Amino acid sequence: MATPHFLVHSPKDNVGVVVVEGLRAGTDMLGVITETDKALKLKASDDIPIGHKVALKPLKKGDTVFKYGEDIGRMSADAAAGEHVHVQNLKTKRW
Amino acid sequence: MAAKSDGKRRKPAGNLGFRGWRRANGRVGVRNHVVILPLDDLSNAASEAVANNIKGTLALPHAYGRLQFGADLDLFFRTLIGTGSNPNVAAVVVIGIEDGWTTRVVEGIAKTGKPVAGFGIEGHGDIATVAQASHKAKEFLHWASELEREPCPISELWVSTKCGESDTTTGLASCPTVGNMYDKLIPKDITGVFGETSEITGAEHIAKSRAINGKIGEKWMQVFQAYQDEVIEAHKVDSLMDSQPTKGNIAGGLTTIEEKALGNLEKIGRTSRYIEVLGPAEAPAAGPGLYYMDTSSAAAECVTLMAAAGFVVHTFPTGQGNVIGNPIVPVIKISGNPRTVRTMAEHIDLDVSGILRRELTLEKAGDALIDMLIRTANGRLTAAEALGHREFVMTKLYRSA
Repeated sequence: MATPHFLVHSPKDNVGVVVVEGLRAGTDMLGVITETDKALKLKASDDIPIGHKVALKPLKKGDTVFKYGEDIGRMSADAAAGEHVHVQNLKTKRW
Repeated sequence: MAAKSDGKRRKPAGNLGFRGWRRANGRVGVRNHVVILPLDDLSNAASEAVANNIKGTLALPHAYGRLQFGADLDLFFRTLIGTGSNPNVAAVVVIGIEDGWTTRVVEGIAKTGKPVAGFGIEGHGDIATVAQASHKAKEFLHWASELEREPCPISELWVSTKCGESDTTTGLASCPTVGNMYDKLIPKDITGVFGETSEITGAEHIAKSRAINGKIGEKWMQVFQAYQDEVIEAHKVDSLMDSQPTKGNIAGGLTTIEEKALGNLEKIGRTSRYIEVLGPAEAPAAGPGLYYMDTSSAAAECVTLMAAAGFVVHTFPTGQGNVIGNPIVPVIKISGNPRTVRTMAEHIDLDVSGILRRELTLEKAGDALIDMLIRTANGRLTAAEALGHREFVMTKLYRSA
């Protein structure tokens, strides 16, 4: 298998993690769900730094974000599939 | 522990043994330090002067030890005595401003059977104290330098873990590598510990479920809730953004404490269960297995507490490149972030970035960590040791009197 652009922990997740440096908007990305080894395809809509998250599907403000198959917080703004998900649109539900 | 009496436990198990120093109390160390231990902030200067006089000794300056009381004072003494008692330490010279508390530390360390002597500064001054303590330190150093390593089974190794400057690659690669190591070595009767109470926020349901039974799980939940109530809720002024997650975490792509916590817990693997919940710097007393310790998530504080509890090697996953070390315990750095491995290569002992490229399996990464653990126990200096990282940081519970 070719080197993936992003990895996803669990099939339940709605975000993945970019694992290559210098990813540019418009890249046709290859992703892998590590739990199942299933491959995914997704076009990046933003430049996304290594280690940062990408939306796997359209996310609405208020939606719960899942990673590791678990709740990691709530969207504070919308994001389309392929967009960067970080502090500008995702917030903790704690503290 | 029952296996101890069958005579087999003391033999190395295949290639999973290591060579260490067996101390008078039976515990095994992987380093052989002669420590000059200041009781208090005022005694740092004399302690550092002794370490300067006697090459090969190690002073552990710190900021506290005056006017502490109650639980904070108990933790202070437990940390100092535990540090001196750690099997990586062959002998200790304690220097304090006065004799009373100096003697309390000396007597605590003496219970291990190792050589320890105390010197009070009041009534003598720094110069005479440094002279006397230097003679004793030199005597201890000569004695320690002739002690020899002996073959020991892997079950004698106490291995702690805590991650730092985490990012999303720690949850994908370096933390599960540590988890894989524990899943393989806990069944071989090593003693392990994880902690970081604040950094389990958002994954507390998982942490609770990883206890050996419901009673220990409840005990863990009480520790977690007390931290939330007494520390976070009592003192927070905002969402803790930039403190938890840290600026470095956020730069690395971690957005929320929940996300950070889930990655953090990858360090205890898939099958390992913790058998007891320890207070900060409390030594495990329930036999081999994995323990939880109530610690802060600040790297130097946490590693210092784990060293004071008797752990002799530390495994430290990092994403963005935390450079921490500890004066008495080798800290093995593991990173899966290819940029960090490239830009901060001198700090990383084990590169597991191949996991992100799907070139390296978790199984093989875990085996590589076990190999590095044994090499380190046998004497390989870690990156942090080579670079002189000796962060010795006491945990302070509240203001002094």
